[in-house]
Amino acid sequence: MGFDWALLGFGPEGWGLVLARAGGMTLVVSICAFLLGLVLGTLCAWARIAGSRWVQRLAIGYTVVLRGVPDLLVIYLFYFGGRQVVTAVGTALGFEGPFDISGFVAGVLAIGLISGAAQSEVLRGAYQSVPTGTIEAGRVVGMGRLTLFRRVIAPQALTTAIPAMGNQWQSVIKETALVSVTGLVETMRQVSIAAGSTQEHFMFYLAGAVIFLIITSLSDIVFRIAERRSLRGHQQGHA
Amino acid sequence: MDTAFLSGIFLKLLTGLPLTLNLTVLSLLGGGMLALVLNLIRASRLGNAVASTYVFVFRGTPLLIQIFMIYYGLASFGFVRGSVLWPFLREPYWCGLLALALNDAAYTSEILRGGLRAVPQGAVEAGRVSGMGRFLVLRRIVLPLALRQALPAYSNEVISMLKATALVSTITLLDVTGLARAEVSATYRAVEIFLCAAVIYLALSLLVTRGAGWLERHLSPYKFGTPA
Repeated sequence: MGFDWALLGFGPEGWGLVLARAGGMTLVVSICAFLLGLVLGTLCAWARIAGSRWVQRLAIGYTVVLRGVPDLLVIYLFYFGGRQVVTAVGTALGFEGPFDISGFVAGVLAIGLISGAAQSEVLRGAYQSVPTGTIEAGRVVGMGRLTLFRRVIAPQALTTAIPAMGNQWQSVIKETALVSVTGLVETMRQVSIAAGSTQEHFMFYLAGAVIFLIITSLSDIVFRIAERRSLRGHQQGHA
Repeated sequence: MDTAFLSGIFLKLLTGLPLTLNLTVLSLLGGGMLALVLNLIRASRLGNAVASTYVFVFRGTPLLIQIFMIYYGLASFGFVRGSVLWPFLREPYWCGLLALALNDAAYTSEILRGGLRAVPQGAVEAGRVSGMGRFLVLRRIVLPLALRQALPAYSNEVISMLKATALVSTITLLDVTGLARAEVSATYRAVEIFLCAAVIYLALSLLVTRGAGWLERHLSPYKFGTPA
């Protein structure tokens, strides 16, 4: 395999700096989408635990739909569909086109929505694993809703939720590769560009795979530490 | 609402369904067999290292990169272009199927590993004592117990493979998503067309969920009561 390794370096001929920046973009998209997913997931889990019948149905519908449709299709829908909607609204308001929606926004919205559906299941499961006795005990001693959540529910639910949330984060990272179809220059898009312009396809896709492996492995370590910390509070009997 | 347009699109997208189903079923079969091999080689230390590395690499990178690496990447090697496999590896269909199967194997092998771990040691010993060979024990005792245990997780994997086949549209294949993409470039009516495609996938995954639920009840009558 006669790879020209200088192409991956940081020299004038190298793509190193550009790839590192693209890796950073992958991280930024992942973090934004995961946080959006966390907010949506929390709202949705809350709706399913405490909502009225219609709110519950709405939340169930959201999770079923988003878990049954390919991620790529959701991204296409937000990117091309978003452009169509923006154009329609813009024209109706009397603005001159052409209208566009950024790949970043469409990607974050789409992946956040997908991840929110999965995170809501994780959070709901975690809430249900909290023994009801401890919640009742908290109420009996006069804790308010917020205190109850902060001191009783959250610490116990977190130990169940953290490993599954770690998996969720890993799939968000991998899903961001799909945002490359919108032209947003993240890792996947950047290695495609580099592969095309140097004709070293295998080497650059391999480099892209390594960037993803680095990100996923490092986050695995972080989640493992978080898991251990959440368990530590448990063993001592107080947070 | 333009009903004529929608039903026309819907019928057109349905012509991509055979390819979507074909890729889903074949990649699950190929991936399942490879997953079984990966679990069998875990018995030796070297095999265990190989299987762990395989799972780590394929689960740690996006499927899209795996597809591109096989479709665009392998062609950069002269020896691949000269090999007997080249007539296959230059076709997007075989490259897509290969990537999907390799990817599925990594996830399925972990699901199967969980299932295998749940098989009681006593059941295996009983089989051995009654004179069954290794292969017979695997076929009659270990696999039936492990598969039943792994079924709920596996049905999720089936759905995610069904959704993953949409990625082959990026290497020019015209599955349901590929056709939808082509229709959008022709008509610019992205919302309607992609929603139509979404409905098709949604119906398929609901079918899989239902089917898996039925199979689970059918295979575990001791848990759910005998089927009527």
